Amino acid sequence: MSDPLTSADRVEIPIELERYELFAAPIYRFNVDRREFFKLFGGGIAIVFTLKDALALQATGGRGSGESGRPASNQSLPKEIGAWLHIGEDGAVTVFTGKVEVGQDIRTSLAQVVAEELRVPLSSIRLVMGDTELTPFDMGTFGSRTTPTMGPQLRKAAAAARELLLDLAAEQTKTDRASLTAEDGRVTNLRTRQSLGYGQLTHGQKLLKQIPDEVPTTAPDRWKIAGQSTAKVDGRAFVTGKHHYTSDMKRPGMLYGKVVRPSALNATLVSADTRAAEALAGITVVKDGNFIGVTAPDLSQAAQAVKLINAEWQAPAQPSSRELFDYLKSHTTEASGNEGNSGNTRGSITDGLAAADQKHQQTYTVAYIAHAPLEPRAAIAEWNDGKLTVWTGTQRPFGVRTELAEGFRIPEERVRVIVPDTGSGYGGKHTGDAAMEAARLAKATGKPVKIVWTREEEFTWAYFRPAGVIDITSGVRTDGTVTAWEYHNINSGPAGIQHKYEFANQKIEFHAAQSPLRQGSYRGLAATANHFARETHLDEMAHSLKMNPLEFRLKNLQDARQRAVLQAAAKAFGWGKAKSAPDSGVGIACGFEKGGYVATCAEVAVDRQTRKVKIVRVVEAFECGAIINPDHLKNQIEGAIVMAIGGALFEAVEFANGKILNPRFSR
Amino acid sequence: MSRITELNVNGSKLHVEADSEKSLLSVLRDDLDLTGSKYGCGEGQCGACTVLIGGVPTRSCITQVGKVAGKPITTIEGLENNGRLHPLQQAFLDADALQCGYCTSGMIMSGVALLSKNPSPGEAEIKSFLEGNVCRCGTYPRIVAAITKAAKQMKGGAR
Repeated sequence: MSDPLTSADRVEIPIELERYELFAAPIYRFNVDRREFFKLFGGGIAIVFTLKDALALQATGGRGSGESGRPASNQSLPKEIGAWLHIGEDGAVTVFTGKVEVGQDIRTSLAQVVAEELRVPLSSIRLVMGDTELTPFDMGTFGSRTTPTMGPQLRKAAAAARELLLDLAAEQTKTDRASLTAEDGRVTNLRTRQSLGYGQLTHGQKLLKQIPDEVPTTAPDRWKIAGQSTAKVDGRAFVTGKHHYTSDMKRPGMLYGKVVRPSALNATLVSADTRAAEALAGITVVKDGNFIGVTAPDLSQAAQAVKLINAEWQAPAQPSSRELFDYLKSHTTEASGNEGNSGNTRGSITDGLAAADQKHQQTYTVAYIAHAPLEPRAAIAEWNDGKLTVWTGTQRPFGVRTELAEGFRIPEERVRVIVPDTGSGYGGKHTGDAAMEAARLAKATGKPVKIVWTREEEFTWAYFRPAGVIDITSGVRTDGTVTAWEYHNINSGPAGIQHKYEFANQKIEFHAAQSPLRQGSYRGLAATANHFARETHLDEMAHSLKMNPLEFRLKNLQDARQRAVLQAAAKAFGWGKAKSAPDSGVGIACGFEKGGYVATCAEVAVDRQTRKVKIVRVVEAFECGAIINPDHLKNQIEGAIVMAIGGALFEAVEFANGKILNPRFSR
Repeated sequence: MSRITELNVNGSKLHVEADSEKSLLSVLRDDLDLTGSKYGCGEGQCGACTVLIGGVPTRSCITQVGKVAGKPITTIEGLENNGRLHPLQQAFLDADALQCGYCTSGMIMSGVALLSKNPSPGEAEIKSFLEGNVCRCGTYPRIVAAITKAAKQMKGGAR
């Protein structure tokens, strides 16, 4: 992915020596300073969860520049704090996490795990999320890290808080601690049934406790609040239209901003005549390098001003989607981002092919697709006394803070990024493009500025899911044993490139390439592409051997969890009874990624006249270990299936010579 | 360009100052602070901006405000009745028919329009009526379930 600060279409700021100083980790204001903490949050008790290997843990969540926009080394690094939790003198529980809510319902599931360990009703918990001034550092909400990483941190913090409350109660009532129990927001003496509310216990306290990563937590089979299909905690705000996304917010004196977009991707500005726009009342035009933006008291005036700006751009000749796959194959790089490369190489491909009865070779391609979050990129920026505050829908509030600090050459302490619950992201909102634009315009006007990208801007200037070419060479014996598996993924990514099949000889490689379009993270990352290519190829082998695709897979699989989902999906689907016909077919596929095991059966019909593909039904088995909210998980899986169908059938981004040819929902 | 000075929104006559060519959506959101209706595409393709004009579901992003002056406009903010949710709002909560929630207002407004047209729509009719509403999170099966559920409840006299 191109650096948003230096790519041609962004604000261009020359690198100065002083910027290097900013790479040093800033002094984190919440480095467990007790007085500071209680000054901000009031008295009570606070639990700070510290991570021994915070760096390693956070770093594995992202894959550096290729996926998350920026290398980890540019981040203000965590001071070993994962999360914190505060119980006020009124008993109110506030949980602070740098994760953000973009529709995956973690505001609900994280509250559930805290309520579980703290033994309080769900309704007494409030989550403060994604606010760089209030929440601990977090690398970002991506890579399926919230439930497996943030979940346990909060469980441990809550469990420690519960134990601390029991200590306090024992001390205050001079009771044997063993006779006390925590339940329903109170500590109760099991013998006398007398109880004290958490608020009473924390009253007048300013207790801050740091806990390590070793606190025992409640086993999932004893969960009462976690593990339940609780409804979205603030669902009412959404069905009544009262929730304020970034794009819904207003600040006093706020202006509306718009950016003059280049004539083509990677174009540079030659000249711009802005006089006509500047002559309009209430319009400010800002020119800075390749950036031209305007502000106006209302959006239609801003749009009108943009139309009046006569800008001349110069764009290089660029590849088009028609030659995309040849281009990628001939433009591989040795660049970084090759994690996953040469993973699980074993045996010898030559030997494996020599031992085969059949050899297969096939190429699979995946197109660029757009995230198309229904809430476009949006930001409101305001400057007060040299301090910048930005509200924006991003999956990386701390990453965007770094972008802004570097972009405006100010220390990170002077930048605050706040993320209101956002109208989805799907991996598409890792960068702070709209935040940078709004901040630049706000700086020039001295007033808060709001920027909301149009749908066309979304489809053109955001980054895309990487396109890719996957080449597979395989060998198989007539009994269905795969003897050779050589797999090369060019550009689309290494996620999900590994598998659980017992292939004796294999070589699996990911190769980075120069991407004609700006590309980055996407829901599921490359797991979609790699599962598609691998499983399609297995089907081709099974077909050639006249073997049942399910039996063929099982013959090459020993992994118990992978076999279990495969068999569960086949059973629920009625595999074996379902037969392929000339105009319809059934398929099965499986894989694993990030600790989750999945298998899917699909029935598909094709209309020969219209050439339209219809997905008749999809049955999916998914196993991910303990489940915090079964219905919300189901909702996510259903949504992932729908989204994957879109990507598979009709979302390919078409482009030619620096222009996106289908930047609309209607095309 | 003529000016519009009054709109009839959610049963109230509200003062506005807007060019008649301005989009209804921007007047609702930016001038009247009724931000429940969302901008999703600006070309009437995603349905996030859906409001009812005289009960008819309308894409407010491509509707000029001058065309609807004097007509009764209902937005998502107008569905609640004395703190009680419309049965379809409640059904969306019960069926968990949302993830990020950005399409929800438009989905509910389209659904309300459908239910007033046909109190017991079948699955196929629901799907075809909501063809122009995009849920990128993919909660479509739940949205269909929510509308079906609300239809049953409303027949039972919930509203």
